[in-house]
Amino acid sequence: MAPLTLTAYTLVTTNGRGVGPVLQALHERRSGLNRCDFEDVSLKTYIGRVEGLEDFSLGNELERFDCRNNRLAWLGLQQDGFMVAVAEAKQRYGAHRVAVVMGTSTSGILETEHAYQARDLAGSFPAWYTSRYRYTHNMFSLGHFVRACLGLRGPAMVISTACSSSAKVFATADRLLRAGLCDAAIVGGVDSLCLTTLYGFSALQLLSTSPCRPCDEDRDGLSLGEAAGFALLESSTCVSRRGAVALLGYGESTDGYHMSHPHPEGTGAIRAIQDALGRAGLLPRDIDYVNLHGTATRVNDAVEDKVVSGIFGRTTPCSSTKGWTGHTLGAAGITEALISLLCLKHGFLPGTLNCERIDPTLQSQILRDNELRPIRRVLSNIFGFGGNNCSLILGTLQ
Amino acid sequence: MNVSIQGIGLLSAGLEGWRAGRAVLAGTEPFAPAAVPDPEAALLPPNERRRSSDCVRWAVHVAKEAIVQSGLDPREVSTVFASSGGETGALNAICRILATTDRVISPTLFHQSVHNTAAGYWSIATACQQSSTALSCYDDSFAAGLLEAITLVCMEQCPVLLVAYDLAVPAPLNEARPIAAGFAVALVLAPPSGSSLTSIHMRVEEVQQEGTCSLRNTALERVRLDNPAARSLLLLSAIAGGGSQTVSLSLLDSQQLILDLDPCHD
Repeated sequence: MAPLTLTAYTLVTTNGRGVGPVLQALHERRSGLNRCDFEDVSLKTYIGRVEGLEDFSLGNELERFDCRNNRLAWLGLQQDGFMVAVAEAKQRYGAHRVAVVMGTSTSGILETEHAYQARDLAGSFPAWYTSRYRYTHNMFSLGHFVRACLGLRGPAMVISTACSSSAKVFATADRLLRAGLCDAAIVGGVDSLCLTTLYGFSALQLLSTSPCRPCDEDRDGLSLGEAAGFALLESSTCVSRRGAVALLGYGESTDGYHMSHPHPEGTGAIRAIQDALGRAGLLPRDIDYVNLHGTATRVNDAVEDKVVSGIFGRTTPCSSTKGWTGHTLGAAGITEALISLLCLKHGFLPGTLNCERIDPTLQSQILRDNELRPIRRVLSNIFGFGGNNCSLILGTLQ
Repeated sequence: MNVSIQGIGLLSAGLEGWRAGRAVLAGTEPFAPAAVPDPEAALLPPNERRRSSDCVRWAVHVAKEAIVQSGLDPREVSTVFASSGGETGALNAICRILATTDRVISPTLFHQSVHNTAAGYWSIATACQQSSTALSCYDDSFAAGLLEAITLVCMEQCPVLLVAYDLAVPAPLNEARPIAAGFAVALVLAPPSGSSLTSIHMRVEEVQQEGTCSLRNTALERVRLDNPAARSLLLLSAIAGGGSQTVSLSLLDSQQLILDLDPCHD
């Protein structure tokens, strides 16, 4: 495929607002996971909560969109000069030629959870809720909000395929660009903490009681996080710059096996990685680093290792960065794509934070400590419920 | 962009299956809505079927109807599932439980609450490992799904199954999102071919001034306006009517899909 340049990008995670603080946390090996202090939740787990979302609200014409998920989106849009870069793209191409493709798994469901708790004796919702469902909880809310914030009028949609949502946005955006339906696309994803995912993953017995430990021999589950990330994608032939980071390939597949367990042999995941390599015109040896999905559940890390070591052998460095951010679910795709971009731009490989003893049954070259060295191409894996897989390859333009 | 339609599945009150639905939409049979029996969804393994949601059964039912018509092996067909609200039944149940003091959700209910539940069950039932997307665009979810499906067909030169569905929203969530009746539609789209039901040429245009298309039959028009998946009725009616026609579907306030239909004579 023709590479697509990420001409602007921004990321907010529990580690900080903007790529600068996130990069610093990665270098300093500072986890953003803390004992769960979300609302009145009493689960014994750790979370990657973004500070300050409770302390402001969206006002004026954005008031109807006000909810935790859109506040996080708004915070993301304000960082890293992203709004200015989008305004320039809008001027270059016209508002109707810029698409918006967002990913989220739970959108603003927290707003609906609050509304159910606030029902009156007759079971009716409070007045503040019903007219705002569309702008907060409906799955398209995030797309609607981002489009409204940025004043864009191109095609738009929200992809919601659980954890792979904001990885797949790159694939959809590439198709819209290639088909000539837009000249640039805003891709991204936002997922925020809510009771549904906290109690849901608890029900599945997948929450760790400590900060998650990907690839560790004693790993016991994931830590939930929240994040917002966005990128402006443009055709590399229009904006080609030496040293810019571009999407070189992507692969999408499903397991066709089970709703919440990965295929034991990872055949769907293998398909996604092979598709990404094929689309990029690359061989496994061309990949310098693999950013693992690495959720720190027993099963995910074992199956992913089988898949990655099967394709890349035992020498390609791999790590999971979820020890820093937590699993940000529908925002994991964009979060880890942008962390991969930071690795490319700043010449480093993050080790697997919180992994003390690498599980001896894992065959891949799992990095435990950070390494400083230039790399050219990164593959990032995201696997989700419904057996939905997506792999992305990012690289530096020569 | 040009694609062919290789199969159609349809389920809604008074429009049970494409064969019966086509006659109603073409005006040769009266529109007589009656309660829709629980869809067969016989494709689902018994265990999965027992645990599946209404959304899953409606989506799988129409998907199967369309795939059988197309004669394609479902393992070779990528999928796009479009729904405004997705699993509103599961979300309603979860939010009710989360409003109680013990907040104990069943693992099955939780994994069935994701927007790609129907997509996941379809891939499990058919052992399909092709790419699969689930998306939303509020009331324009069908148009967004069609856009995604047609670009996928044209850019990858592969067949794509598009399934659009929204079910009646249960109380009390229906206070916030009133959808009174379920509607599900499936289209198998493929690169242009001689043997197909209809071929479509799609272009996307900026909306200059808002004009609204509607159905002439007022009862069907009410169905179309009630349910985002039923926004497909403009396209389905044009296909049922036959002849060369142009349909426009709005995509948000600023874009529209212009679909030029050309029936293939077999």
